[in-house]
Order: sequence, then structure tokens, then C-alpha cells
Amino acid sequence: MRVFLLRWGLPALGLAAALWGAALLSVAHAGAPSAQQVTIEQFKFTPAALTVPVGTTVTWTNKDGTIHTVTSTTKVFASEALDQGGSFSYTFTTPGSYPYFCKLHPRMTGSVTVQ
Amino acid sequence: MTRQDRNASVIQQDSDDGVDRRGFLKCMAWAGTGLLWTVSGGVLSSRRLAMAGESTPLVGQFAFAQISDSHLGFKAAANQDVTGTLQQAITRLNALQPAPAFVLHTGDLTHSQKPGEFDALAENLKSLNAKQVFYVPGEHDVFADDGKAYLARYGQNTKGTGWHSFDYQGVHFIGLNNVTNLKANGLGTLGAEQLEWLEDDTKPLAASTPIVVFAHIPLWAVYPDWGWGTDDGAQALSYLKRFGSVTVLNGHIHQVLQKIEGNVQFHTAMSTAFPQPAPGGAPSPGPMVVPAGQLQHLLGVREVTVIPTKGSLATADFPLA
Repeated sequence: MRVFLLRWGLPALGLAAALWGAALLSVAHAGAPSAQQVTIEQFKFTPAALTVPVGTTVTWTNKDGTIHTVTSTTKVFASEALDQGGSFSYTFTTPGSYPYFCKLHPRMTGSVTVQ
Repeated sequence: MTRQDRNASVIQQDSDDGVDRRGFLKCMAWAGTGLLWTVSGGVLSSRRLAMAGESTPLVGQFAFAQISDSHLGFKAAANQDVTGTLQQAITRLNALQPAPAFVLHTGDLTHSQKPGEFDALAENLKSLNAKQVFYVPGEHDVFADDGKAYLARYGQNTKGTGWHSFDYQGVHFIGLNNVTNLKANGLGTLGAEQLEWLEDDTKPLAASTPIVVFAHIPLWAVYPDWGWGTDDGAQALSYLKRFGSVTVLNGHIHQVLQKIEGNVQFHTAMSTAFPQPAPGGAPSPGPMVVPAGQLQHLLGVREVTVIPTKGSLATADFPLA
């Protein structure tokens, strides 16, 4: 019995504990929300191309002295007109590519890729 | 155009039909009075003009005015009182001689389509002596609801997204909408339905009919990187090639730029709200903050004097100060 415990039992317990700990860590990591920022300045979205994991909330903040919008070209999301200092947030829950633009200044374009 | 040339207009003539008086005119500055540009028989000339008319009106002569980009609702460093500068513009218009028969507003009536902004414009324009105003929208007037509020107010006697035409003393006026349904990375757009209408609308007209086209975004490629152009503008202009006199009046860029191409003369207009930088003269377009006391020099209105029998249109731009 003592030999069994020393050879198999204790290592098995250790392995189980390690696996259980890893699982707990994994759950904790997946549950933590992540956030990213996009700045709207000088009629540009910066960064223009953003790659984020599923579950990320992206916040766009307008620093220009005129209004802009953040409008998905595939009608997934659309902000109201953002005044200077105004912001808009959207949480991406599905993988894919999400191009967007400013409805007032359509040469302003950006994209969010969700993985 | 450099910052120092802000009050100057650069005229570009892109074609030469063999008339040897044609050439380039450059950098005509003015100091609070009007600068009168005349195209007659294909020749562009200019002279300074006081507020009151300097010459005796010719038979059939009439005048109309253009205001643009009032952006009611805007309040930021570039102008804290767009209502005040609009009122100054109206005072300027009311002082013009000859008195304009009507006014064209080339869009961006409001800044954000917020409640009350259209109402505020209508209230202010009640003090215009000219009682008839014709409108085309700017992108600020239609972006939030694809133009529903704009059309509810200004859509009477228009078609589609708000295009229309009318005749006045032998001149055919065409108002176009190139701001609804803007697409990502695109410029202004007229669309197939409107272009078809334009072709049909002008087909019955004699080539000697003077044409005035007004639309918000420039129909020519002023500076595409900043969105200052119309993707299908060239197609619209192709329907007007046969006419002897075509004048295109635009807004959107908040400064006067002019160009002549064959029988077509293009004029963009000052705003009554805030100036914008010269094409490529800043990292981006948008409201330009200027030193105190300079704002009124960079905002203004336009009067166009027409002699229909001669196919002659003279434009005069008047800063607020």
C-alpha cells in the first residue's frame, strides 16, 4: 500500500492538482473582459486596423473639432454623431472582419478584425 | 493656395478654344469689397466692386445670391456664434445692388441635424429681403436619417433624394443632391437615378439656354484625398457639354475656388460659419481656427448677375468684413 501511494498515488494527486489549477487559471483568463481604444483625430481613425479577441470592447473617442460617426459598412454597429470629446463603444462577440467609416467624411475608414 | 493667399481666388482655365484673349488670372485680393468676375463670350475678367452696383442694369439682367454651409448648431473654437455670422451674411445680402431675386443655399444648413437646427435656420432666413430660397442638402443635413428630416422640410417639388430644376427668365437652374448614401472611401455621389433624371431634364433645352447647376460637394475633383469631389460628377457634366454657358455653384469646402473648363465655369463658395484650410494646406480638412478679427474676412456670400440674352454670368464674392 505504501509503495502504491509513493509510486502512483502522490504523483497522481499532484498531476490532478496541476490540471485543476490550470483549468482555474484558464477560466479566469477567458472571463476577464478586454478593452481597446481608437482615437479619431485629424480626420483619421488611429489605429485604422485593429485586431482583437472575441469579447473585446472597442471605444472610439473623437478629438477633432467637428463631428464624426463610427458606422459599420455591414450595418453591425453605428454611433450617433460624436462631438469633440464624445465616445462610442461596441463589444465584439463574434469572430470576423468589421470595416467601418465616418458617414460624414467617407474617406475616413477603419476596420476591426475579431479572432 | 498658401495661407497668405486665403483671400485670393485662383482661376484655372483648362482649355483653350483658340480665342487668344484667354489666359490665367491669379491672386486677385480684395479688402472687404466685392470682387466681380465676369464671363462673357468665353472671356473671364474681373474688377473690384463696391457694395452698391456700379453700372446701369442691362435689359433682362437679374441677380441671385448664393449662401452656403451655415452649419447651425456648430459651436467650437473656429466660431462660437454661427447664428451671428449668418445674420451678418443676411445683412450683406440685403444690402446688395441689384437686389437678388432669390437665394440658393448650397447645403450644410445644419451641423448635426439636432432638434431645432432646421427651425433655427428657417427663423433666421425670415430676415432675408429675397423671399424665395432654393436648397440642396449637405452631408450634415442628411447623415443621421438618410435625409428624412431635410426632405420633410425642403422636399416639396423635388424628386428622389431632393433634386430639382426650375427656370427663371430664360435661365435653367438645376439643384442636385450628391450627399445622400455616401459610401465608405467614396466621394460625393449623384447615383444612376439622378443622372438619368438630369439627362432627361436637359434634353429638351436649346444649347443657348444658360444653365446654373448647384450642389453641395464640388462636382469637379478639387482635392479627392479630403473628399472634395464627386465620383460621378464627370458623367453629369457630360450631359451639359453642348450648352454654351454652364455655371456650377458648390459649397462644402468653405472657401472660394474657381475653374473654367470649356464653357463650364465652376465656383465654390465661402461658408457663413467657419473657414477650412486650402487643399492640402493642413493635415486634414475641418474647421480652421483663425486669429481674432480675421474670421469675418473668410466668411461670406456671393451674388451672381445674369444677362440671359448674352449668356453672361458675373459672380461677385463678398466677405462679411
